[in-house]
Amino acid sequence: MPVVAFEHASGPGRRDACVSDLKRTPLYDLHVEIGAKMVPFAGYDMPVQYKLGVMKEHLHCRSAAGLFDVSHMGQVVLRARDPQLAKTALEGLIPQDVLGLGEGRQRYGFFTNDKGGIEDDLMFANRGDHLFLVVNAACKDADVARLRKGLEPDVTVKLLENRALLALQGPKAEAVLANLNPEVAGMRFMDVATVALAGAECWVSRSGYTGEDGFEISVPVAAAADLANALIAHEDVEPIGLGARDSLRLEAGLCLYGQDMDDGLNPVEASLSWAIQKVRRADGARAAGFPGADVILGALKDGVDRHRVGLLPEGRAPMRQAVPLFQHAEGGEQIGFVTSGGFGPSVGAPVAMGIVADSLHTPGTQLFGDVRGKRLPVKVAKLPFVPAGFKR
Amino acid sequence: MKFTEEHEWLRVEGDEVVVGITTHAAEQLGDVVFVELPDEGAEVTKDDEIVVIESVKAASDILAPLDGEITEVNEALVDEPGKVNDDPEGDAWFFKMKVEDLSVMDELMDEAAYKAFIA
Repeated sequence: MPVVAFEHASGPGRRDACVSDLKRTPLYDLHVEIGAKMVPFAGYDMPVQYKLGVMKEHLHCRSAAGLFDVSHMGQVVLRARDPQLAKTALEGLIPQDVLGLGEGRQRYGFFTNDKGGIEDDLMFANRGDHLFLVVNAACKDADVARLRKGLEPDVTVKLLENRALLALQGPKAEAVLANLNPEVAGMRFMDVATVALAGAECWVSRSGYTGEDGFEISVPVAAAADLANALIAHEDVEPIGLGARDSLRLEAGLCLYGQDMDDGLNPVEASLSWAIQKVRRADGARAAGFPGADVILGALKDGVDRHRVGLLPEGRAPMRQAVPLFQHAEGGEQIGFVTSGGFGPSVGAPVAMGIVADSLHTPGTQLFGDVRGKRLPVKVAKLPFVPAGFKR
Repeated sequence: MKFTEEHEWLRVEGDEVVVGITTHAAEQLGDVVFVELPDEGAEVTKDDEIVVIESVKAASDILAPLDGEITEVNEALVDEPGKVNDDPEGDAWFFKMKVEDLSVMDELMDEAAYKAFIA
């Protein structure tokens, strides 16, 4: 049996082959100490799972709380003499409403290109005198270059190397983190605040990428291991690797850059229109003015001929990335493909997302996926597969 | 018990050979969520891909370790793929096969050799 190595089966990290060049996060020693299996991902040596294994880690995060090291992601600060200037400038690169984002609030967005495709997705927060961005690890150098090209010299762009990033996710995350500082209990979904944790100034947001309530915590490198140890010491907290992070985000219907969205797919096709605020759309006060605006605003107005959808395979066989989709059990042209797929531990069955042709994207539509040469039935399904646990 | 470089174990029971995957292989695969077995009665040739096994991480194949005929498959694994992780070298055998000449087993690794192989 060709036993598959520990490689995380998906994602932009795959192109990094040379193990010796791998970077380590500030929590590398802790991962190894607590028994993580380490794999290359986006240029970093990252934990794919710990002793519990992917399935139990996933279920634990949904029922209690899980701690993730996401320090490989890029943390970027944008500053200008006038904070409004940084916001206006960022609006030139993304189709989101940055000027209207209140202080202490965060929003989801994406960088677009001239063809309307997505270059990366990100979170951006208004932290008063600066904007704080979190971008994907595999894209962070390109993102910083894009920001520098688009915003300097009026805005300074700084990729932070001195902070780690942790995510504490799950229904017990609030109770666990409030043990360290009760202030966090007052935060709502997408709030950001500066909070003292483990004796350090942490930048906390009430957000994450699992579909659960929880927090992302930017912590100075010097305090990162202390904070992580304090959190996993709690009986409700287990460390969670990239394997379960992938199945959690998939069940939550959240896109992974490089799979469910990429530079050749526009946000309307990727079913991310909800993340483009009215003020940036046609007839909005600040309509257009971002790369690919003509394509994206045109797609919003006229519709598109393919859509990202949820997919529920009807049998037990998972339908993974690149599985071709057909309208009929035999014959006919391919009408789409799976972008992310696997087993959903909370659903208890295979789950997937994919791109399908217009008119075949309504939930309940019967399709077929070609798995190892057999066309197996799969139905278009509503996303997310599990209800979101956000504290709004 | 004998072992292959493909991380299968083989155990002779009467005139049949019982085949499964090793504990080491099960650990490497992670939680198994799907198993597809060959048809009983199928004639197989060594290295044919006859079982599909999918874990939370990826899909893999199990190859026929020898030439022969599949006499029985472990249907319980189809309903409960997680058994492969719980008891890989016991309850979670995959199939039984008849081979013409059991002496081909002599070329396979014994437990000590397999332990050295995966070390």
